[in-house]
Amino acid sequence: MTYPIDYRYTEDHEWIHVEGSRARIGITDHAQSELGDIVFVEVPQIGTEVAAGETLGAVESVKAVGDVLAPLDGKVVEVNSILEAAPETINDAPYTDGWIVVLELADPAQVDRLLDAAGYERLLSGS
Amino acid sequence: MLAAIGVESLDALFSDIPAAVRERFRPLGLPSRSEMEVAAWLEEMAGANAGSRLVPFLGGGIYDHYVPSVVSSLVSRSEFVTAYTPYQPEVSQGTLTAMFEFQTLICELTGMEIANASLYDGATALAEAAMMAERIRGRGRIAVARTLFPQFRRVLDTYAWGADLSLVELDYDPSGRCEFDNPADELSAVIVQTPNAFGVIESLQGLKRRIGDALLIVSAYPLALGLLEPPGAFGADIVVGEGQSLGLPMGFGGPLLGLFATRKAYLRQMPGRVAGRTVDTEGQVGYVMASQTREQHIRRARATSNICTNSALCALAATIYLSSVGGDGLRSVAKKNLENAHDLAGRIAQIDGFDLAFDGPFFNEFVVRTAEDPDAVRTRLAEGGFLVAPSKGLVALGVENALRIAVTERRTKAELDRFVDVLGGKR
Amino acid sequence: MKTIFERPTSDGASSFFPHADAPRPGGEYTIDRELLREFPPRIPTVSEPIVARHYTELSKANFGVDDGFYPLGSCTMKYNPKINEAVAALPGFTDLHPLTDAASAQGILGLLFELTDLLSRMAGMPAVSLQPVAGAHGELTGMFLFKRYFEERGEPERSRVLLPDSAHGTNPASAAAAGFSTTEIPSDERGMVDIDALVPELDETVAGIMLTVPNTLGIFEERILEITEAVHTAGGLCYFDGANLNAFLGRARPGDMGADVFHFNLHKTLSTPHGGGGPGSGPIAVSEPLGEYLPAPRIVFDGGEYRLDWDHPRSIGAVHSFYGNVLVAVKAYVYLLRLGDEGLREVGENAVLNANYLQARLKGLFDLPYDGTCKHEFVLSAQGLPNEISALDVAKRLIDFGVHPPTVYFPLIVREALMIEPTETEGKASLDAFVDRMERIAAEAGSDPELLRSAPHHAQVRRLDQTRAARDLVLTHRIEAPKT
Repeated sequence: MTYPIDYRYTEDHEWIHVEGSRARIGITDHAQSELGDIVFVEVPQIGTEVAAGETLGAVESVKAVGDVLAPLDGKVVEVNSILEAAPETINDAPYTDGWIVVLELADPAQVDRLLDAAGYERLLSGS
Repeated sequence: MLAAIGVESLDALFSDIPAAVRERFRPLGLPSRSEMEVAAWLEEMAGANAGSRLVPFLGGGIYDHYVPSVVSSLVSRSEFVTAYTPYQPEVSQGTLTAMFEFQTLICELTGMEIANASLYDGATALAEAAMMAERIRGRGRIAVARTLFPQFRRVLDTYAWGADLSLVELDYDPSGRCEFDNPADELSAVIVQTPNAFGVIESLQGLKRRIGDALLIVSAYPLALGLLEPPGAFGADIVVGEGQSLGLPMGFGGPLLGLFATRKAYLRQMPGRVAGRTVDTEGQVGYVMASQTREQHIRRARATSNICTNSALCALAATIYLSSVGGDGLRSVAKKNLENAHDLAGRIAQIDGFDLAFDGPFFNEFVVRTAEDPDAVRTRLAEGGFLVAPSKGLVALGVENALRIAVTERRTKAELDRFVDVLGGKR
Repeated sequence: MKTIFERPTSDGASSFFPHADAPRPGGEYTIDRELLREFPPRIPTVSEPIVARHYTELSKANFGVDDGFYPLGSCTMKYNPKINEAVAALPGFTDLHPLTDAASAQGILGLLFELTDLLSRMAGMPAVSLQPVAGAHGELTGMFLFKRYFEERGEPERSRVLLPDSAHGTNPASAAAAGFSTTEIPSDERGMVDIDALVPELDETVAGIMLTVPNTLGIFEERILEITEAVHTAGGLCYFDGANLNAFLGRARPGDMGADVFHFNLHKTLSTPHGGGGPGSGPIAVSEPLGEYLPAPRIVFDGGEYRLDWDHPRSIGAVHSFYGNVLVAVKAYVYLLRLGDEGLREVGENAVLNANYLQARLKGLFDLPYDGTCKHEFVLSAQGLPNEISALDVAKRLIDFGVHPPTVYFPLIVREALMIEPTETEGKASLDAFVDRMERIAAEAGSDPELLRSAPHHAQVRRLDQTRAARDLVLTHRIEAPKT
């Protein structure tokens, strides 16, 4: 299992890659492995405003559904369109091509509340 | 066996039930009986249903259609009857293949892209359609034709109250058809039934365009769809119906068969099970339950419906019925219904004191206005060996002094002749 | 497996129905062309012999209780007596239209009335409705009753339903469908509701609790009276999911445990067949305060006659077109008459004996997360098996031995769960044979794991690709357009 060091993480197994005032969001290698083969991804509409903790979308495998929760307050500015035809991209490349949404952050300081790579690894080894 | 478990007595295995509970138990006072005795007793009970021996001119959503023997023979095979839900697809290819066939047949009949593998009955199918439309549009309000069968409306009212959904009623015009005069409010859906509670075939032409972006939900009579242009052709978003007419007995109203079909784009909002085609590890075609993540066993509180057990064996009966009868055969039997009903309606209209209540087109059911008290007419018909529906259903819809008459392919020339005679007071 | 659409078609029309007579005078009519199909539905015409062979072949690709041992936990796959089927097929029942006058339907109304009374007394609760046609349907109806009850009492803030983390998926789904939110209560180390976690949740926003008794681990809630009393004291109601009634037939009643609503699964406990997924029947019994809200009509007996009583102004309305799945109710009625009190008690005893016996013999072989007296079912875990063999692999290999797999991956609180419910139908020989097969599978997990991972080997198909089914959804057959 890999956890890019320069990414941030949540307890719900999302990763966040900060790009200036924006954050690219996806689910971690652990999450995609638990879900199994991903068959469908529910993405929000561009322009949707979310608060941290609200549901952004969902990732569906054959046997389970994982909600994708907004880790931070913000507005959806991009969604990954290749996931419609190729949802398995999340299984193959969860941290790169398998990104799900990009948020324009309302308050970039909230990033500090997120786990860093070491913190996420500790979370996983604890469970 | 007790030794293997490590206990002294059977009672020890029930000590986990609190003594206070066990002490309150009361038996039923029922002796055990032999099969022979029970069979005799039940034959007597079945014999006490005189209505099963009268000739039914009774419809209202449940019809006396002829079911070919091959249907009941095949559907009673124990591998179908005593199996459970196909959670292990490798040993359930029979059930799953038949589900796939059923879905295909219902799509063909209704003119829609996808269908589920059945719901409980036409009434709950309609209620589920309303819930689904609300999930999609979220406006909290649905317009409903007044001319739904009362059993559909009752259940819809209950489910709508349960979901805090408000219903606004659309009245009917003198032809017996629903009036759609552009309801001003924003709606999640518009619900119409065809043929409706008066037996009148609704005009769906152009309706979809007139209702904004509300979903169009149509409840249809499946056997009639052998002849009538299906709701899908008119742009319906969801088509539901009562499938009893496709190879099921009347059975005093249950079990029944809920049909549900919709657009492919709405798959994720659709309730109920659905079978999908796939392959096995050797590339052989097989079937599995698809899109299970919509369902309660995975989604739990966020499932599209709580439904688990549905009406699978009834769906199988419908599948075998349709496969046996074929598309040409279905159109032919539907035509026979149409002809018998129009024949009878024409003859009744010529009897003094009777006339057709509505001039809208009808399939196999129509409403007749009577100069006499309709209950007196019913009594006379019953004495002549014929059953028609009580008039109170029509009164509730604002039609007084009338009776609704249904005529299926089972009604013979002799029965129709005698019906006309009895109605006219000749016997 | 070919579908009916891939079978040879025939040219001749079937002769199931007589041909249309020529229209008679007064029988002419016109119907708008726009209302009619231009072509018949594209359903192929297949001859009767081919239909018979096709569905016979399909049936052989199925596995029912009549084919062999079917220990599907939570489903109670007991033998379905054939007398039930014969009685339910009597024309006196099948040829009856639901709108027939009561006077002409005394036989069936009497049967339904008596069944209602029997179920009421089995539950130890005063009123019963036969309208719900499945367990989940009974649950939804029960949730509607909760909603109406609190509406009438002016307590709309009671919007939460509590349920254990071992609950069947229909429980939260039903609560949600009636507008309730759900709160999960963890199970303790013995598999029962953790009362210390329950009590703090019992505030004025709680409508009640949904319990399965015994629970989905097959364990009886020993503190059931405490739980229901606590909920009642907090002003809530108790819903009991009766899927596991087989465990205490003839020994205990939910009404005596504090239930306010209890649903029966006639297609589980009372031997009516499962039919591949229904039709079932899920009648509900209710406590006194909820009686007036039950669906209408109700079947009553007065003046020497049975009739349908619609006069229930406080009823929630209706949840089914008519009176429930009548022909299914007939089968359950026959079963009850056959068994009587003695038979019912024996059913419960043998169901529990069989389950405890299997548990004792299998617990050395597989992990048993909750080791104590079980009721009619128990849950093993495949986690301890070597080579990461999963519950799914065990299930698929059982197919090769002519046994239907147990329920897998439920309840959610046990990893790699295998839920085994033998029912009272099985004799010791059948149970011992099952143990032998499980022993063999446990051994194969160590010696030949690939055999398990690629199972089944002897079924109609090999292991099916669920992922492909979900990604490339094909839900209908593309029927070719007819040659015109």
